[in-house]
Amino acid sequence: MIGLTHYLTVAAIIFTIGIFGIFLNRKNVIIIMMSIELMLLAVNINLVAFSTQLQDLVGQVFALLVLTVAAGEAAIGLAILVTYFRNRGTIEVEDINMMKG
Amino acid sequence: MYQAIVFLPLLGALVAGLFGTALFKNFGHDRDVYGDHTAHAHVHGDHDHSHDDHRGHYHGPMWPMYLTTGLLFVACLLSWISFLGFLNEPHLIKIPVLKFISSGALQADWALRIDTLTAVMLVVVTTVSSLVHMYSLGYMAHDEYQPRFFAYLSLFTFAMLMLVTSDNLVQMFFGWEGVGLASYLLIGFWYTRPSANAAAIKAFIVNRVGDFGFALGIFGCFYIFQSVELDAIFGGAAAQVGKTTPFLSWAPDTITILCLLLFMGAMGKSAQFLLHTWLPDAMEGPTPVSALIHAATMVTAGVFLVARMSPLFELSDVARDVVIIIGAVTAFFAATVGLVQNDIKRVIAYSTCSQLGYMFVAMGVGAYGVGMFHLFTHAFFKALLFLGAGSVIHAMSGEQDMRKMGGLAPHIRMTWALMLIGTLALTGFPLTAGYFSKDAIIESAFASHAGPHMFAFALLVIAAFCTSFYSWRLAFMTFNGSPRADQHTMEHVHESGQVMLVPLYVLALGALIAGYVFAPYFIGHAEKEFWGESIFRGAENHIVHEMHDVPAWVKYSPFVAMALGFLVAVMFYLRGTTVPAVKWGVIAAAAFATSYVGIATSFDPLSVLATVAVFVPVIFVVFANRDGGLPAKLAAMHWPIYQFLLNKWYFDELYDFALVNPAKSLGRFLWKKGDGAVIDGFGPDGVSARIGDLTAQTVKLQTGYVYHYAFAMLIGVAALVSWFSFGGGH
Amino acid sequence: MLAATLFFYLFAALAIASAVMVILSRNPVHSVLFLILCFFNAAGLFILMGAEFLAMILVVVYVGAVAVLFLFVVMMLDVDFVKLREGLASYLPVGAVIGLIVLAELALVFGTWSLAPESLKPAAPTPSGLTNTQALGEILYTKYFYWFQAAGMVLLVAMIGAIVLTLRHKEGVKRQNVAAQVARTPATAIEIRKVEPGQGI
Repeated sequence: MIGLTHYLTVAAIIFTIGIFGIFLNRKNVIIIMMSIELMLLAVNINLVAFSTQLQDLVGQVFALLVLTVAAGEAAIGLAILVTYFRNRGTIEVEDINMMKG
Repeated sequence: MYQAIVFLPLLGALVAGLFGTALFKNFGHDRDVYGDHTAHAHVHGDHDHSHDDHRGHYHGPMWPMYLTTGLLFVACLLSWISFLGFLNEPHLIKIPVLKFISSGALQADWALRIDTLTAVMLVVVTTVSSLVHMYSLGYMAHDEYQPRFFAYLSLFTFAMLMLVTSDNLVQMFFGWEGVGLASYLLIGFWYTRPSANAAAIKAFIVNRVGDFGFALGIFGCFYIFQSVELDAIFGGAAAQVGKTTPFLSWAPDTITILCLLLFMGAMGKSAQFLLHTWLPDAMEGPTPVSALIHAATMVTAGVFLVARMSPLFELSDVARDVVIIIGAVTAFFAATVGLVQNDIKRVIAYSTCSQLGYMFVAMGVGAYGVGMFHLFTHAFFKALLFLGAGSVIHAMSGEQDMRKMGGLAPHIRMTWALMLIGTLALTGFPLTAGYFSKDAIIESAFASHAGPHMFAFALLVIAAFCTSFYSWRLAFMTFNGSPRADQHTMEHVHESGQVMLVPLYVLALGALIAGYVFAPYFIGHAEKEFWGESIFRGAENHIVHEMHDVPAWVKYSPFVAMALGFLVAVMFYLRGTTVPAVKWGVIAAAAFATSYVGIATSFDPLSVLATVAVFVPVIFVVFANRDGGLPAKLAAMHWPIYQFLLNKWYFDELYDFALVNPAKSLGRFLWKKGDGAVIDGFGPDGVSARIGDLTAQTVKLQTGYVYHYAFAMLIGVAALVSWFSFGGGH
Repeated sequence: MLAATLFFYLFAALAIASAVMVILSRNPVHSVLFLILCFFNAAGLFILMGAEFLAMILVVVYVGAVAVLFLFVVMMLDVDFVKLREGLASYLPVGAVIGLIVLAELALVFGTWSLAPESLKPAAPTPSGLTNTQALGEILYTKYFYWFQAAGMVLLVAMIGAIVLTLRHKEGVKRQNVAAQVARTPATAIEIRKVEPGQGI
């Protein structure tokens, strides 16, 4: 029988993969953003799983909001990326260190 | 009247110093806006190395100078009035001025104590000071900072008067330090010149060594007598005879240790052997300063101190023996160094040092009156010599090296004549001032019963010979022979103005007759009445009487030494002179001297013959048509000795090696290592540096790389989850 | 039930596998495609859990918009992605440690967790007899209306932001300036020349 725990395990694994992705592809900001999408997805799976388990729709409402925010974040992030690329001709994160103290 | 004497100079100093220098600079004087700086600078442009001469222009008002000089003359007049009063009837006056210090048992009120000793000093100080003020009107006429100079001079005079009128040791110390301060300010008057600053600091610091002893002496007096008042100390002194004062594991004789400590102060101020090094360097100051402070007044403060404390010194034979030895060694040492110096002012400076040694010998043998007499006469002829030297320097456009002088006599006859009078008085030519006082000291040294009296006598006679030699050497090198200065300088040689010569006339008069006129009072038959209570003599102290009864050879020995010195000087420096004026000048001088001695001694055959005997070989040598060059040969022959003397017995080097450099090293060590490395290193600098390091490390956290912030965030997430899982984050 | 179990494992395995490929594939285009695959599988999981609306939203919004946006950007930007993969493993140990710690802790939590008693009283119980979409719509437009509006505002702001960031006026592009056209006067528009007879212009 597939229960809550299974879904949570899947979510946890995907979340961890997202973390790995950030560390692994530190130079490529597009992949980093994809990793963030993965982590948000894992969170959504968690929310939906609990929502189903507890027969409570609020979880799905939250998931909806998370999706909204994730979409906005992706749009803004990619816009920044495009602008940056236009100015610098690269998206290497190594070069982005003007905030250096 | 005495208040006026003491405080008029202070008034002048304050008014001239505070209002004359800056505030009213344009008051009462048409300022020379465009000036003729360029024209003047051209004339004197070649003499940038000049020591004492024209240094730019003065554009300010003249009233500060006239004010200080005028006030000094008033004080001088009053001093002479009071002094003449003392000649008639010695007395002791005490004039309270102010409450000064009142702390427990320490009561030191500011009062003027006027007795014969003070009256003598008042005369000396105010006379020389007023004449120097007047002289400076001419000498410093081109200096930009005249008001400051005159303010310092007057300030010095006030401090010196405070010193000599003091009624207690604290007050005396106040004056003592006041003259030290004024001396410092005046030596460093041309403060843009590094050597002047160095000399000023040296004088100040060397004096501090002596002052430290003096201060300890004052503390000791207070400890022993519970008072710093002179009367209390003198009153209690007798009770302390033979007692000892325990100090650590050591129990020195009370009176002796007090006297030695006080004498240490006197040694510093009077530039005695071991603490003399500052005096020759002090010649960096303007020449009037040298005349006033470093010849006539301040340096005699030590002698005055010993005379003033005679009730203590009379009770300690050991202390007096020390005074004799130091004095005799100083007289000898300074005279030998003076033999070979080339700077005209330094020769006179060493001469001063030497003469101070004479005075201390007189103090040491108990002939306080004799010492004071020499102080009195010395002030005249030494000030005369210094001011005359200043006139020479003035004429030579600032040149001080005697090797570059010579042949000045025809150009500045009046200065020459005045300098000759000063030289005669210094060397103790019969019936001049120095003859009475210096010979008296030598006789008293012989007559004394003190342990080292023969030692002192021998050294003093040798020193008299040296004195005669270097004094005549100075005179001959400067005024006779062929000119050694360059053409340009010689063209500018000019006699000084009357404002500079008049003080010289007065001093020359003093140098000639002061001895003759005042000898009866100071050291003669009226001596006891004259000094009265101001000088204390022990029961066995009959030195003043005994010195008149010394054998004839003792009486003649200083004269012989003087004559020998003169002869050697002539041999060295006048031989083969080609200037006719000098030759005939010598003849004239011989004739004048013979007749002078003859008249003065009522044609005592022995004196006249002696004078003639001196001049015969002189005339012979002068007319011998051979080249000189003897000094150079002698110097080459005894090169080590010459160098030893030229380098002042290597005292500066010795002190540098033994004291100054170790002190500097220690200071540098404490500064760099102690203060810099340890205190600052661990203190403020260290803390700030560590904070700097810390922030530098912290700044590195801000790499600017986006992914580092992401990492930080994720690590934080992991840490937070861990904390919530295991740390019990409820 | 067996079918559901099998589908769960299928979707879960594919989601995890494609997630791994997202972060490991050399070509970012592949990454985006794997991301899309991952979203599809996640949508499948949502359907298994009975959240059909969210599954559709995920497919429409994520796959249709966000992932395509990614794809669009990746293909539009002329980036040397090979170079970006240099030094790939330099932070791997740190990432591995952090990731494994988180995973281990999540795993530990799964073993021992229990629901808080108050969470057993649902804030918005799932009504019976309604489809998931209808049920969600009924609470979303009523009880959570403000949240819904806030989400809309977030999207609006994101849209404006993206436009502002990327908008660029190209030089040399002719545009109609209505105000300038209307403000034209004969003086600025017409030039009158006297032509000499027989000369031409």
